[in-house]
Amino acid sequence: MIDIQNISKRFGKLKALDGVSATFNEGQAVSLIGPNGSGKTTLIKCLLGMVIPDDGVMRFKGTDVTSTCDYRRDIGYMPQIGRYPDNMRISQIFDMMIDLRKSHNILLDEELLDAFDLKKQFDKPMRTLSGGTIQKVSACLAFLFDPSVLILDEPTAGLDPVASEILKAKVLKEKKRGKLILMTSHILSDLEEMTTDVMYLQDGKMQFFKPVEELKAATNENRLARAIASVMTGGVSFKMNGHATSLTLKELSIKI
Amino acid sequence: MKIVRYVLYDILRSRMIIGYTAFLLLISAALFATESNASKSVLNLLNIVLIIVPLVSVIFTTIHYYNSYQFIELMLAQPIERIRLLLSEFMGVVLSLSVAFMLGIGVPILLFSADASGISLLFSGILLTLIFSSIAFWVAAVTQDKAKGIGVALMLWFYFSLIYDFLVLFLMFTFNDYPLEKAMLGFTALNPIDLGRVFVMLQMDVSAMMGYTGAIYKAFFGSALGMSFAIGVMVLWAVVPLYFAVRVFKRKDF
Repeated sequence: MIDIQNISKRFGKLKALDGVSATFNEGQAVSLIGPNGSGKTTLIKCLLGMVIPDDGVMRFKGTDVTSTCDYRRDIGYMPQIGRYPDNMRISQIFDMMIDLRKSHNILLDEELLDAFDLKKQFDKPMRTLSGGTIQKVSACLAFLFDPSVLILDEPTAGLDPVASEILKAKVLKEKKRGKLILMTSHILSDLEEMTTDVMYLQDGKMQFFKPVEELKAATNENRLARAIASVMTGGVSFKMNGHATSLTLKELSIKI
Repeated sequence: MKIVRYVLYDILRSRMIIGYTAFLLLISAALFATESNASKSVLNLLNIVLIIVPLVSVIFTTIHYYNSYQFIELMLAQPIERIRLLLSEFMGVVLSLSVAFMLGIGVPILLFSADASGISLLFSGILLTLIFSSIAFWVAAVTQDKAKGIGVALMLWFYFSLIYDFLVLFLMFTFNDYPLEKAMLGFTALNPIDLGRVFVMLQMDVSAMMGYTGAIYKAFFGSALGMSFAIGVMVLWAVVPLYFAVRVFKRKDF
């Protein structure tokens, strides 16, 4: 569904993304994993056109969408830190987004809105909301237009356990309906239940992009968190494009 | 243009624009009330408008841009073209500043001094609003930091309203042995505030007080060709910075 080729981005001297290529298909739930500053959010923002890559091509459902905007009609995005106009109320944000985005007759998906019981707080101005409530607003907006791609940047960070479970259930449901889900998180146990594939980024380079099952088999671990940890500490090397890529990351072996 | 509506909505909420309207209204009321000769009031009003309008346009635009950052970020993830987004922001700002100007200065002038000089003052006030908003948008699009952006925009205002005139005076004194009158025409075109001033002065019959240079101005700007030259250059002053603002904005990372 989404096909990226050789996406590169520099911020000054820093290479945020270095020739990342991948193909994401419907029904996949891809987890982007990597240390802080490894380029996960930059990659997501490139997919959304918020960051403009220096190089590379992006195809959406077969058409080249580099530097176009209409494809975003079919993407729901939940940012890491949702930032909304301070003096608008929640209801006004929703009305505005519906007014701006709803062009043809799609049914609005208000399931999350009801599950979070957000309508009770509809009159509150955005600036008075807690971080968790803002996350709920972002989540509801991402799912509202029933898009075929969902991009979730740290979806469960800041949510209380109940809300977090609701969101996870919703993600699973949409995955089953054949949507493509791309997400990042540092809470690997959260990803465990939802993920079908893992993309590992480090220093802007894609280290591997594998189905979870294959990853677990290769590491002899049956939990995703352990499998990733095992990869991160350099226990395993993968064959990628014919070249052996070995990971020698020692950050998990800090002595306590 | 649905987005313009939301931009306007946001601006009206901040009350800054209402304060601006009230301030302009206060000035024009005071000037028309204390001076019995209406055309003299217009001249006084001109001097104030030439300082206040560019200043407020520059400050208001930059503050609005940086305060709308969240809105802009939100819109960027939607199926909305960047150029449309920036032009909507520009239209929202210019529209509200122009309405404030027309209410604060326009209504009193139309009531008390609706002659050629009054109308030309309104015309150049609106053009100056356009020009300095456009310049401020460019500055804001280039500068990431809010304080720095407002600082640079203020410096540009300071340059056009004061420093530029000093530079021109300095040139005139240094080269006063040479005939500089034609060159002065060129210098005027390089400063939109000067253009706005000349444009109004020529409708007022005070150009006689400006000496030989004034006579040259009169001969040039008094003609239809000169008038359209002045308007054309002012429109360029509005369009060119906006073009650069769009160009920068289209390549910007958020």
